[in-house]
Amino acid sequence: MKLGLVIDLDTCVGCHACAVACKEWNGGSALSGPLSDYEPYGKEPSGVWFNRVRHYEAGEYPQNKTLNVPMSCMHCEDADCVTVCPTGASYKREDGIVLVDQDKCMGCNLCTWACPYGARELDESSGTVKKCTLCADRIFDELLPPGDRQPACVLACPTHARHYGDFDDPGSNVSKLVAEREGFGMLPELGYKPVNRYLPPRPMPKVPVHASPQENGSAPGLAQRVAGWVNKFIER
Amino acid sequence: MRPALSIVFFTVSSGAGLGLLALLALADLFKLGGGLSVAQILSGGMLGLVLVAAGLVSSTLHLANPKNAWRAFTRFATSWLSREAVFAAAFFPLCALYLAGVFWQQPWRAFAALLVVALAWTVLYCTAMIYGSLKPIRQWHTPLTPLNYLLLGHASGALLLLWVAERGQTRIAPYVVLALALLSAGAAAKLAYYARTRRDGGATLGHALGVKTAAQVKLLDAGHTHGTFLSAEFVFTLARAHAARLRAAVWAFGFAAPALLAAAFPDAALGAALLCLAGLLAERWLFFAEAQHTVALYHGARRV
Ligand code: SF4
Ligand code: SF4
Repeated sequence: MKLGLVIDLDTCVGCHACAVACKEWNGGSALSGPLSDYEPYGKEPSGVWFNRVRHYEAGEYPQNKTLNVPMSCMHCEDADCVTVCPTGASYKREDGIVLVDQDKCMGCNLCTWACPYGARELDESSGTVKKCTLCADRIFDELLPPGDRQPACVLACPTHARHYGDFDDPGSNVSKLVAEREGFGMLPELGYKPVNRYLPPRPMPKVPVHASPQENGSAPGLAQRVAGWVNKFIER
Repeated sequence: MRPALSIVFFTVSSGAGLGLLALLALADLFKLGGGLSVAQILSGGMLGLVLVAAGLVSSTLHLANPKNAWRAFTRFATSWLSREAVFAAAFFPLCALYLAGVFWQQPWRAFAALLVVALAWTVLYCTAMIYGSLKPIRQWHTPLTPLNYLLLGHASGALLLLWVAERGQTRIAPYVVLALALLSAGAAAKLAYYARTRRDGGATLGHALGVKTAAQVKLLDAGHTHGTFLSAEFVFTLARAHAARLRAAVWAFGFAAPALLAAAFPDAALGAALLCLAGLLAERWLFFAEAQHTVALYHGARRV
């Protein structure tokens, strides 16, 4: 098994619902909770998150595009975070999930340095490193209805930009999505073989740029005058 | 990378101690300058061990959960940090054995001396590989990292050894030559490291995100109102002028001044060694501060 996520950069609207749902579920999880907050109501709130959404812009206005990029552990096949760990606290399971045993971690931080994606964070309160568990305590829970046996972030996403499944199974929804949409993994040249895949944004039609009449130096033509009049008319 | 002072001190202090012990054992083996007296070897050995121990204690200050530190001995097969812990722990009894052999003039002391040299080099190498093996940090992921750690540890160790040699009947000329040679080699290795760091060639933000676009990608919002663990650890910005000043200090105190002092006034060897260690503290601080992690890209760095 090779469990992981597919994240659709075309549909993600950057609402942070996945990050909040993650914080909520894992904060109460016995696997690695609580996810400590520092000064949550103070001037400089900060704390541990397993999933962070950042916002980027490609290109210049008006040919620009906003990219919302949620990032969490990619459950790499060749995870150096596990290799460098001196205590054996970090480990990779048979199903591909990479976890930190909270009872063994000594808080040396080396694994956070070894992760290229910023997927691991030190919890200052427990002195241990915490990370995405792929909701290992949800996805196999037979007490939950089958549809709910998915990571909290996937269930929370209002635009269905997140998908969970087994990448080893060519028939799984994640494998199909990756094949259809040319899903990619980040920083492949580092050789970590990240399992999570991102679906690229669909190509954007080029936004036509007209010079305004004033810039043209000519009087507005009939069609433009009509368009302006209609626009005024239907305003509000 | 945010330079953690406990780690900066650890690598410099342990490096000097390991360099001193390796060179001390070699000087004893080859009877450098007529050989060192028992008192000299014992005092030099103790000084080296104190430096190594002080470094290791400092490194544990860096741990957020030290009660699990004993587990660091359990992943020898895969982790450089674990290897370093195991070899460093073995180093103390071995040195004690060697020093006992010296004290009681045992015939096997030469064999023990060889082991001390080998183990000191191994520990230094492991320490360096903790950093050198990290692929997300381009500046560190090079054989120049272990080379730098080995040579700089031995350069500072050689100055301390000169101080030990100068406080006895030993001819100190070979010790001066040794210190100068190691300082020059260390400076050359550092120069190569800096030249490599200056060269561009790291990934860009657009590349790190993996989106195929010819357009420039920039960060709009990192998604948090205040800093996070990630921004504190990986987004360390160092003003160019400050970096230049520190580099000047590295060259002046780490290499030039100690070399001049050792050559002109060998009886001021302790001063030369202390200057060198101060310069190396600046060097090690820069080693961290100038290293850039790929996570900085996701926080808006143009290139790492
Ligand atoms: S994303 Fe980072 S933490 Fe997750 S498996 Fe890969 S290297 Fe480890
Ligand atoms: S911080 Fe914990 S999990 Fe990470 S490398 Fe150190 S001991 Fe292992």
